[in-house]
Amino acid sequence: MIERDLVIVGGGPAGMAAAIAAHENGVEDILLLERDHCLGGILNQCIHTGFGIEYFKEVLTGPEYAHRFIEKIRSAPQIEVSLRSFVVRLEEDKRLFFIKPGVLENVKARALIMATGCREKTREMIHIAGTRPSGIFSAGLAQKLINIEGLLPGRKAVIAGSGDIGLIMARRFMLEGAEVKAVIEIQKETRGLLRNVVQCVEDFDIPVYFNHRISKIYGKERVEKISAVRVDGDFNDIPGAEIEFECDTVLISVGLIPENELIEMAGVRMDKKTNSPVSKELNRTSIPGLFVCGNSFKVYDIVDSVSRDSVIAGRLAAEYLRALR
Amino acid sequence: MIRKVTCIDCPKGCVLSVGVEGRKVVKITGNECPKGEEYAVSEIEDPTRILTSTVLAEGFSLRMVPVRTDRPIPKGDIKRAMKEIKRIRISEPVRIGDIIIEDFLRLGVDLIATRESR
Repeated sequence: MIERDLVIVGGGPAGMAAAIAAHENGVEDILLLERDHCLGGILNQCIHTGFGIEYFKEVLTGPEYAHRFIEKIRSAPQIEVSLRSFVVRLEEDKRLFFIKPGVLENVKARALIMATGCREKTREMIHIAGTRPSGIFSAGLAQKLINIEGLLPGRKAVIAGSGDIGLIMARRFMLEGAEVKAVIEIQKETRGLLRNVVQCVEDFDIPVYFNHRISKIYGKERVEKISAVRVDGDFNDIPGAEIEFECDTVLISVGLIPENELIEMAGVRMDKKTNSPVSKELNRTSIPGLFVCGNSFKVYDIVDSVSRDSVIAGRLAAEYLRALR
Repeated sequence: MIRKVTCIDCPKGCVLSVGVEGRKVVKITGNECPKGEEYAVSEIEDPTRILTSTVLAEGFSLRMVPVRTDRPIPKGDIKRAMKEIKRIRISEPVRIGDIIIEDFLRLGVDLIATRESR
């Protein structure tokens, strides 16, 4: 059985910052597992600016921000990066099973940092009635299609929810020559950062309907139309206040959920409401030596805070390993 | 005349009150740092944005290379800039920060790669 001092799951901003911090705090045997074919995580598709003001005191795009960490990892031979490595099982004693093309491997971690990020809420989770045609995407998926694959997922979009990714995709659609008919937000104000309302929505004169929700999606093969309804302070529909938008695409941007099925499998005590580990202290879990950092610990607004807090996870893992000896 | 401007320079999003006379800014309040002042003047007198997008890479496994203007460009030029970006093809390897087009649209800014081709 292969045993490693520190295994980190996830090569996004959290996992990379934790790996570098652990290395700088004296951990000399680190295995970093990343499911994609490159490091960087979600930053690779976040091509807009706004990253790094707090952490680097500079304005960077997502890929530029990621690059700073990737360079550091490349220069540290103590950090072994295993790409296209997808963890499928985690046990209480910190043994992990992961698949790489063609093989199932397992490794036991003396200390483990889970930096698995979060996933987007879906249409199903906000209960939109109507048909199930093609043309309904989570905002982050649309972002990947445009920015990584070079595919435009639609021509006329309505955006459900005013989360940051939705706002940023509103601008991206407009820049690509598509039309954004409306952003529809059930709350009375935006969930995203104000700066994104200004530069993504107001700059392009996209109407935002607060206190509204999409009530129905129409269309057989492809989305053809949606209707939206005004809601009261308790999110109950106000009858007779329905509006319709012709569109071929609906983007869902209604929030993120920490991705923590693996630690749950290992028996970490979980908060069922937030899907994050129950913890009295940043990055710790109910299993000693098993740390969680970044968006899988709690959903952050900006990546700078993810990096800052993940550095602490790297340090905690180093301290834990020192105490074992 | 007082205009409300939300600063987009950092995630705080300070809401600034900007005193405007004609097209000139005469007074700014509400900013938590000096960047807010700079932003307010630019936003009223000559609004600009950093433009980010992607260009098609030919012959690489990564199909799109993300790019940005190295400095902000006038808001009014963004449509024209996007048209131009769609025409660009990258066929040589690029590194992060490499200039894709110098003096982009004669705006005095460079279009640079924000990720290496691969």
